[in-house]
Amino acid sequence: MKHLEEKIFKVIMICAAMIILGVLMYIIGTVFYRGLPALTLDMVTKLPGGGFYLGKEGGVLNAIVGSLYIILGSLTISILISVPLVMYINFYLPARSIFSSIIRFSLDILFGIPSIVYGAFGFALMIYLGIRASLIGGILTVAMLIMPIMMRSFDEITRLLSRDLPDALLSLGTTKYEMVKVILRQLMPGLVTAILLAIGRGIGDAATVLFTAGYTDNIPTSLNQPAATLPLSIFFQLGSPVEEVQNRAYASAIILTVIILILSFSARYFSSKFSKNKI
Amino acid sequence: MISTNQHMVSSYTNSFIGMDEAITLKKLIANQSIRIENLDVFIEDQHILKNVNLTIPEKSITCIIGPSGCGKSTFLKTLNRMHDESPEVKISGKVFVDDENIYGPHVNVIDTRKKMGLLAQRPCPLPMSIFDNVAYGPRIHGIKKRKAINQTVIQYLQYVGLWDEVRDRVRKSATRLSIGQQQRLCLARGLAIEPEYILGDEATSALDPLSTKKIEALFVKLKEKYTIILVTHTLRQAKRIADHIIFMYLGKIIEAGPTEEFFNNPKKQLTRDYLSGSFS
Repeated sequence: MKHLEEKIFKVIMICAAMIILGVLMYIIGTVFYRGLPALTLDMVTKLPGGGFYLGKEGGVLNAIVGSLYIILGSLTISILISVPLVMYINFYLPARSIFSSIIRFSLDILFGIPSIVYGAFGFALMIYLGIRASLIGGILTVAMLIMPIMMRSFDEITRLLSRDLPDALLSLGTTKYEMVKVILRQLMPGLVTAILLAIGRGIGDAATVLFTAGYTDNIPTSLNQPAATLPLSIFFQLGSPVEEVQNRAYASAIILTVIILILSFSARYFSSKFSKNKI
Repeated sequence: MISTNQHMVSSYTNSFIGMDEAITLKKLIANQSIRIENLDVFIEDQHILKNVNLTIPEKSITCIIGPSGCGKSTFLKTLNRMHDESPEVKISGKVFVDDENIYGPHVNVIDTRKKMGLLAQRPCPLPMSIFDNVAYGPRIHGIKKRKAINQTVIQYLQYVGLWDEVRDRVRKSATRLSIGQQQRLCLARGLAIEPEYILGDEATSALDPLSTKKIEALFVKLKEKYTIILVTHTLRQAKRIADHIIFMYLGKIIEAGPTEEFFNNPKKQLTRDYLSGSFS
């Protein structure tokens, strides 16, 4: 009987793993099968020319640069806000403070809000402030979208830190600020993980940037100009009736995936470089 | 000198001292570095330390023993105000360090902690190099000159006997050291802030016998310059290195006295039971 249980459970586990692997393979397979032939050097080095979406020449450089601008800008903003917030609720507020539970609870809610709502909210705010669809609008809205996930994941990792390090530092007579500076070194890999999760959510999202960053065939030269993004670029290309353009959409998806890979690897690399002395 | 010592002993043997004794106590302050009056500590609604009155003699090793959960570590934490970080801990009473009540209104917590070098149960090196670990304290307390810092680091690494073991890799991460080495590094790091007191919270309980021996030897060497207060749960360790013993049980000081007297001639039944291993 026990033997049978063991066997059944094993089969279930293997099936689960297979389903995940299968789905993943199917998606990646489709993207590469349709995208690879369309992935030319032109795709990453050229702006879309006239009639690009109907099959004429060009590339998606506008969307690559736009996406990078928006994700780097919004990452900067959210890191600048997330790190102080997480340090505050973990090391300045008492362990079981009501305020920190309220913050964590709100972050959980914010995390569950669909990205289109952020887009609509950002858009409404921009109308109120008199800003048009622009790079800055996109950066701020994406920052709002990724901040909850960055804060929440960084917070979870920070909570796992044992009290030994803060206690050791305080007993040396550090101020709280000096203590936090050393703790951040220790938490660097955790922060990087949080940043990677945020990148993953932010860079692939189309709904937030649809109204706020707009779309353009050019590379924005100032914060007030609209910016194209890869997800929207993929969306518009998929909407084309021309099969060639649809294949380019898959090629753009490959580009997006590679960008995420490059960002992940470089983040991991720098994190291990900066935190080689960690405990 | 001998008579003063006896005086001291009698005053801290009794945890409920009367007025007269308190006055005699004050006369003895000159060579009694830490004095605790009517200390009560509550964590939430639990009464952890109950009316503790104590004087801790300077330039010697005082070991606090007692079964786990008796308030030893809580007591140690009251000495460097580490309870400040937990708002659920309520403290009443006075703790005089160098004749200043560290729970008084105008006390700078950082100065108090600087006076108390703490050696924790598990060594916790900072996430930086061996050198920077020792240099960290002097740096945050305002020493800027490279030469002075170099000197301090080498001096204290030598003092704890770590210098020869790590001299080729002081710029490498402190985490690659063995746990015994890490504990000595933590001791060097604590000494580098030039404290007057050393607090050890079961500082050898995570170490192997050889490393324990080294740390114990260091404590014995250190008592020439520092007043050392150790929490330990091994009676043998207390016997080996302590000059004075404080026995705590359920938040109360049951008995205190010089090591020899304490072990050979305990006065309270509870102490005798504890020493004979009837409970632990």
